[in-house]
Amino acid sequence: MVRVAITGLGAICALGHTASEFAAAVSSGRSAIGPIRSTDVSGLRFQNGAEVPDYSHTPYFDDRRADFMDRFAQFAVIAAREAVADAAPEWTPELRENAAIITGSCVGGQSTEDIGFQEVYKHGRNRVHPLTIPKTMANAGASHISMEFGVTGPSFTISTACSSAAHAIGQAYWMIRSGAAPLAITGGSEAPFSFGILKAWEAMRVVSPDTCRPFSKDRHGMILGEGAAMLVLEPLDAARARGARIHAEIVGFGMSADASHITQPSAEGAARAMRAALRDAALRPEQIGYINAHGTGTLANDISETAAIHAVFGSHVKNLPVSSTKSMHGHALGAAGALECLAAIVALRDGILPPTANFNEPDPECDLDVVPNHARAAQVEYALSNSFAFGGLNAVLALRAVAH
Amino acid sequence: MSDDLIQRVLKVISTSKRIPLETVTIDSDFAQLKIDSMDAVEILFALENEFDISIPDDAVRNVRNVRQMCAGIDQLIADKASSPPAAQ
Repeated sequence: MVRVAITGLGAICALGHTASEFAAAVSSGRSAIGPIRSTDVSGLRFQNGAEVPDYSHTPYFDDRRADFMDRFAQFAVIAAREAVADAAPEWTPELRENAAIITGSCVGGQSTEDIGFQEVYKHGRNRVHPLTIPKTMANAGASHISMEFGVTGPSFTISTACSSAAHAIGQAYWMIRSGAAPLAITGGSEAPFSFGILKAWEAMRVVSPDTCRPFSKDRHGMILGEGAAMLVLEPLDAARARGARIHAEIVGFGMSADASHITQPSAEGAARAMRAALRDAALRPEQIGYINAHGTGTLANDISETAAIHAVFGSHVKNLPVSSTKSMHGHALGAAGALECLAAIVALRDGILPPTANFNEPDPECDLDVVPNHARAAQVEYALSNSFAFGGLNAVLALRAVAH
Repeated sequence: MSDDLIQRVLKVISTSKRIPLETVTIDSDFAQLKIDSMDAVEILFALENEFDISIPDDAVRNVRNVRQMCAGIDQLIADKASSPPAAQ
């Protein structure tokens, strides 16, 4: 079976405009949650989010190209460019023909749709901008990445709410492992900060009025985030043969469905996904040295995820650091699994476990080592990245550090 | 609080949850009515529309039964009547 190397990293999110800015921020425990600026939130119950700071398309796209791209698709291409430049693959006609692009997105370009629909519903106009459909479709990120690099192989988008990017990366991992593709660009992107979408989140009553405090007793919910993270995957042997820098390996992928409730998480479903990832990687629970948790900061998720981790890891839990980097980059929905996989890759590569920021007070129902507030130096060999979605669709990635 | 207010709350709960009106009383608690967290946010949405009020998240965190819910709505209606209309 082919081993799978991660040779390229790219990111843009509240923590910075590049993967190295992201790495520096998560490794220092800096939270980027603050007042939402891109949308007027005076009519909302919550005011804070995790937006890409000072974003403008200008350094990245000329105006005419940007006309065709919702913010979420722009983020996808920006992160993919960085990841591909980092991997620096030797592009041959065969590689371009067979490489895969698999992206995740939850809401796609709904912000474009939201603005377009205001024209007809609110302003009484009789027409919507003709680019509304191609900008809104959730696969626009994958499509624009394919055009950017002239990649013509299997390309598609997975939409499983907050697990989208983890499902996408897992699928890309399996395609490389099976030999179905020689290279994959994979990750997720999201840009949910438009008024209608924020109103819908407000109605769910799961967004925190201040900040995101995963696993802390005084947590009050999630904080929405935006951005993208992309990875380049290729066979480990091929990457080594061409002297590529290998950031980490993906060694397993597990999925499950809760089959219980459309929003309430099930500890059993989450546990089954973690067990499936361990089984796929042929790992014992005791070999895992770090978990990047789904850790949304809602009352329900953090209790349920804690119970799932106890069920899978038993007495190993006391030696198992688990942190939620959503406390720093927010919950970027369909990009969350990619940003968090990146955080886990950085932890394995640099030997620094990112903390759970904004942590105030232990909760007896979340009795995990959550690496509170301060990053921790630790050279870990194997890590998991958990993603659990509304709708009960779960995806867990298993990662391995490169041996030193 | 008035009987009218109580009747309107009971009706909102029965309509949202799609259960017979006679199964919901002022003495019902949410667990007994099998109201889960998603049911609860739907009921709050319907109550905001019914009474033209805004129900803040922190006002509902410890509400566990219909009586507490009616008392909370009564209070929010009184608060609204005694203060100038707030910007939405």
